[in-house]
Amino acid sequence: MKQVNRQFTIRSIYGAGKKTKTGKFSKARVAHSHALWKKALFLISLAALLVLSAGVILTLGQVPMKISDVYCTLVNSLVPGMFTSDELITHVILKIRLPLILGAIISGAGLGMCGCVMQAVLKNPMASPFTLGISSGAHFGVSIGAVFGVTILNGPYFLVGNAFLCALLCSGFIISLSALRGATSETMVLAGIAVNYLFQATNQFLTYIADDEQRNIMSLWGMGSLSSLNWNGVCFLLIASLICLPLILSRAWDLNLMTAGDESAKSMGVNAGHIRILIMTVSSLLVAAIVSFVGVIGFVGLIAPHMGRMILGNDHRYLIPASGGIGAAILLIANALSMNILGSVVLPTGIIMSMIGVPLFLSLILKGKRKEFWS
Amino acid sequence: MINKLSIKNLNFGYHNKRIFKDFFMDVSDGQIVSIVGPNGSGKSTLIKCIDSILQPSSGDVTVDRDNIGKMNRVDIAKKIAYVPQGSMRGFPNTVFDVVLMGRRPYLSWRGDKRDEEKVWEVLRLLGIEDLAMNYFTELSGGQQQKVLIARALAQETGLILLDEPTSNLDVWHQIDVMEILRSLVRKQRLTAIIAIHDLNMAARFSDKIMMMKKGRIIASGAPNDVMTGQNLEAVYGIKANIRFTEDIPFIIPMTRIAARA
Repeated sequence: MKQVNRQFTIRSIYGAGKKTKTGKFSKARVAHSHALWKKALFLISLAALLVLSAGVILTLGQVPMKISDVYCTLVNSLVPGMFTSDELITHVILKIRLPLILGAIISGAGLGMCGCVMQAVLKNPMASPFTLGISSGAHFGVSIGAVFGVTILNGPYFLVGNAFLCALLCSGFIISLSALRGATSETMVLAGIAVNYLFQATNQFLTYIADDEQRNIMSLWGMGSLSSLNWNGVCFLLIASLICLPLILSRAWDLNLMTAGDESAKSMGVNAGHIRILIMTVSSLLVAAIVSFVGVIGFVGLIAPHMGRMILGNDHRYLIPASGGIGAAILLIANALSMNILGSVVLPTGIIMSMIGVPLFLSLILKGKRKEFWS
Repeated sequence: MINKLSIKNLNFGYHNKRIFKDFFMDVSDGQIVSIVGPNGSGKSTLIKCIDSILQPSSGDVTVDRDNIGKMNRVDIAKKIAYVPQGSMRGFPNTVFDVVLMGRRPYLSWRGDKRDEEKVWEVLRLLGIEDLAMNYFTELSGGQQQKVLIARALAQETGLILLDEPTSNLDVWHQIDVMEILRSLVRKQRLTAIIAIHDLNMAARFSDKIMMMKKGRIIASGAPNDVMTGQNLEAVYGIKANIRFTEDIPFIIPMTRIAARA
């Protein structure tokens, strides 16, 4: 009852109207409305760019094809008999190229979104999906498998199983440790860096005692590559994304508040410690799944959120999807280059990713109007 | 008078250091209450205990007869708003987005036009609508303080807690902020509890002053009754000259009388 009275008072003093005395919207309101439209337009353009570039990239490779072949084949696979399509082209697209393209999109989007939310909950612009030592944990799992032959899964997925389990154990250990100390961002970052060093040292030791073949396996995995992805891997990544990403996206408001500080967030109804543990757990799960299949492609999780922040600002309702879209686009292009730049020789995606990502990121920093990424 | 806030048997400590022992306090509705006292007396801690930002080991904090200790965070945020000391650090946000944060207890994922309207109303109320699309960190200290008050108002609570709202401001902005608070309390029947160092600002703008030392209230009442030489000596360890202008005490600190206890 009291609240209604108070609202009435504000309205009665200042008027409930949206317009100024001259009947026009104020400049600030117009600017705000334009800003919202720009954000929506950017997200739609990003989605269109992804669809188009995926189509173009599907045409690249040793079997030549036109972009119309690609879209006809894709539509045909969803609605059989709609178009006529060549058997070889259908085989190449559906069995070989499409899993890689989808894998790149899902991995890039996952790493971009996880990087974005990790920067928010850890209140650290230098945080990335690998801040909690997930990459070194996963690398440790691969090293154990390669050097001692100790594996969780058998067959072609022996490295994937090891990497996934060790990455989860590593981040689980850090999250539990931080939870005991009140789950502050500082505790998590420091514990993450410390554990990262521990696993790095262990990996160096294992590299030292490994033979050439084992060293080769460890080194190739560390460079990050999507070339071994198949439909099974893509399905696994898709399921992990469908479980984790809605949870992350549903917390966009809470992440906005957490950038205001833990105490302020708490006073506005958000328990910062709980959200930090939830977000870190969910995003660690997704990053562990991605890393176990594609290796360490680290840079995308750091730069995609910052590119999003430069273009759209820090409202996580828009920033999380934008970080995902930018991450997906960068990894998609990097993967296409790594597969095609040297003809039949496939380069590790992680290398190309950093080679095109760093100059792009630096040019954005230099051209950007804002000098502050953190204040 | 109706009690807006009531604290009974509050106990709180940091690790082994006890701050409050069986602390009692009542605040009436529609008042500005200033909490004054030397550094370390427990002013900010008390504010945070009232808002459950810090968890008391025992005791009851009730607002409008609802026990805060038994409520969830969102429901507390609908009853109490908190304006923190200093400015925000983090990824830069626009003024509009900062004030919109105050609507969190009412918001769905997508947000609502009514919430945005509320933000515009509050911005207009405080005369900062034109700053809506500026980045918070690019504003002056006084403007930032107004934005944080606007964020608290957007929460639509009956009780606002402010931790040192004037500490980093020049005299003009100190008076501006305090006049805004007084106007809000008078016109909208809000209750404001302010932890403040400036004794003269507290005396000029408060309906009631609580003087604290080492987690205990030493004196409480109207500014004229509390701002006495005896109380200042007992709480701050200073000798002060007290003059009255328009029946409001004006404190001129003179000398320290001893090393602080």
